Amino acid sequence: MLVKLFNTLLMLLVALSITGVINRTRAILAGRKGIRFMQHIYNVGLQLRKGAVYSPTTTILFRIAPCVYLGAALMAFLFIPIADLEPILSFHGDIIFVAYLLSLSRVAIVLAALDTGSSFEGMGAAREALYGALVEPALMMGMATLALFCGYSSFAEIFSTAQELNTNLTVVLLLVAYVFVIIMFIEAGRVPVDDPRTHLELTMIHEVMCLDYSGVDMAMIHIAGWLKNSIFAMIAANAVAVVICFHWWFAALLAVLGTGIAIGIVESLRARNKLVRNTTYILTIVAMSALVLLTGFLLIQNIEI
Amino acid sequence: MRLYHITTNTASSVALADIPVVEYVDLYNDLKERLADSRYHVAHYFAQEIENGLKFYIIILDDTRSEVLISSFEPDYYTRGLASLTAIHPQFHPFEREIHELYGVPFDQHPWLKPLRFSHDRRDKQSTMDSYPFYSIEGDELHEVNVGPIHAGIIEPGAFRFICNGEQVLHLEIALGYQHRGVEGEMVRNQNRLRQTLIAESVAGDTAIGHATAYAELIEKLAGKTISSDLKRERTVAIELERIAMHIADTGALATDIGFQLYQVACEALRTMTINTTQAWCGNRFGKSMIRPLGTNHPLTVEKIEMIRNNVREIRRRYNEVRCDILEAPTLLARFEQCGLVPTAEMASIGGVGMAARSSNLRRDIRATHPSGYYAEEFKHEPVMKSHGDVMSRLQTRMDEVLQSADYVERLLSTYTPSEKLPAPDYNAPLAPDSLSFSLVEGWRGEICHVAVTDSEGNIAKYKIKDPSLHNWLGLAIAVRSEGISDFPINNKSFNLSYCGHDL
Repeated sequence: MLVKLFNTLLMLLVALSITGVINRTRAILAGRKGIRFMQHIYNVGLQLRKGAVYSPTTTILFRIAPCVYLGAALMAFLFIPIADLEPILSFHGDIIFVAYLLSLSRVAIVLAALDTGSSFEGMGAAREALYGALVEPALMMGMATLALFCGYSSFAEIFSTAQELNTNLTVVLLLVAYVFVIIMFIEAGRVPVDDPRTHLELTMIHEVMCLDYSGVDMAMIHIAGWLKNSIFAMIAANAVAVVICFHWWFAALLAVLGTGIAIGIVESLRARNKLVRNTTYILTIVAMSALVLLTGFLLIQNIEI
Repeated sequence: MRLYHITTNTASSVALADIPVVEYVDLYNDLKERLADSRYHVAHYFAQEIENGLKFYIIILDDTRSEVLISSFEPDYYTRGLASLTAIHPQFHPFEREIHELYGVPFDQHPWLKPLRFSHDRRDKQSTMDSYPFYSIEGDELHEVNVGPIHAGIIEPGAFRFICNGEQVLHLEIALGYQHRGVEGEMVRNQNRLRQTLIAESVAGDTAIGHATAYAELIEKLAGKTISSDLKRERTVAIELERIAMHIADTGALATDIGFQLYQVACEALRTMTINTTQAWCGNRFGKSMIRPLGTNHPLTVEKIEMIRNNVREIRRRYNEVRCDILEAPTLLARFEQCGLVPTAEMASIGGVGMAARSSNLRRDIRATHPSGYYAEEFKHEPVMKSHGDVMSRLQTRMDEVLQSADYVERLLSTYTPSEKLPAPDYNAPLAPDSLSFSLVEGWRGEICHVAVTDSEGNIAKYKIKDPSLHNWLGLAIAVRSEGISDFPINNKSFNLSYCGHDL
């Protein structure tokens, strides 16, 4: 039980730190001093102390969406192990459950955006729904690859048995990690798919759907965002840790530093995609995860071509 | 029959008696033919209230021969409307719309006779922002997106109404006129020329030096005085510094809009260096108080010249590095190339000016076609031209002009020893009575045109200002047609037009 609690606390720490690492990396690359490492947490703390303002055109849907969004993300979050630790929740087939929880959170926020009746938010919801639908096969196939290796279908079991695998699968696991990092870029709305810092409503995807939220609701959406980031970062880090060093401290550090620095560098050194190119970008990741699944399957079955 | 009084941008003011008063129909027929050639474009067209009706003035520029054609007419407009020139040459649209809005002059066949800026002295007080007749298209697949008028960022008010098919923009209508400043009226109400200078500096905050130079040149022409070559040289340095600062700022802003942090921060730093140089010279980062009629309060000293040269050299070197990197950044090129095209023919037909026109391969640069001041004396300015007319072309024009302007500053200052003491500004020089004076200045955005008409006592009776934005806003609307709506911000930034320069 203690191990499970430690796992959750550590996951929470990872979730809170990734944004800080991203901000710090960006600041260093921009030649700036940068904001405090924990500034994003202070900001959310401030929002938590504020009341919310609701547009008179919205309905109950708009009010419950942040709770669903945060609840679903939190639920999924509790299924993720850190390397050799155990998560609080786990059952056979929970990888599918996690995938659908993440979809549920997306549906909630998309409906809330449509509920406001704003043309900006409608466009944002359309984009989010499209990219969400496109990225889902990549997520499923990435998880399927992991399940294939171990014959298990829960995160806890997958990562507790994976370290006994033969070294042939190293490359495949690294590629799975790469796919999950890119999925995180897409899900978290980072460059090159989305830009969380832009002030231009017409170009936003995730941010524009939250335009009408304030106070506590906004804080919940931010927290859910951190949790979702940590889910993908940790799956990717676990996949790498299986190959290199299967210890909780290594996986946790890798999740924070690896993804944080990667996002910081990408956001500093490249432009966003043209919006119409995003679909191509996401489909490339889908194709890649299909390739990873196929390669994994061939290696596992010792089939030579 | 003589239709035009022909003059140049360096000549002194024109006596009203010299400007022929013609029949509108003759002028109409001539302009119909003449403006089909893109060497001509309209610089200004306005009406002045006289005792028994209105007197219209029209100023046409001939870029090839560096001539300025001025004509006027006094129609009996109460009985019948004027045939619209906009129907043939869209470049007339803001001018005819303004005349219609202010005086109720009907223009027959005008395709877009909507209010221009809702000034307080408009004729139809029922016509307000709330009743603006936005264009609409019916269709189940289409949706409308309205951006503004209150902008989420820091820029000024303007409503952008998109009609979209999914992500694709079918039509963009730009409605301006939210700022009711009454600049032109204030220039007439207030004959104190120091105040007028301050107002001119505030026409568009990002073109303080450009508009102040236009005002100063106009007053100098009306006063019939010429300024020394040294003063012209210093003004040229000032306006080129403004160009450098704004072009660098826009390079950074374009990088911001595509989320490219590296170039954004590099350009922000360089822009700060440039405007700090201006501040070290005259005490204001935007060059306010720099330009004054008939003299200056901030003559250059040997130390200041040294400071400006060192700074500009450093800015040029560092900006050139950014420029070379930008030209090799594939993710940036993927966003900017082939985006927001404005072909040369369309740019000519809407009367595009300045760097936006030059990016569409239309040679519109007052420094080359109608030079005044130092450009007319020592310089042979060769405009930077780009041929594609997309966002990348507009960025490249900016980047090349920064280097060109930096070279100009170096050239102007390296051979300059401030020998004589420059005169202090003169705000009281008598102006020529019953005259029309205009000035054309190439600001960083494009052609700035100020026109003043004096009464029989030498007071300014009519003052008209034209910021290049007035022409180019339509260019932006054309650029985003059939583009993705998410590419609107980079198109907008690539033009970077002025809201307050439009809402005078």
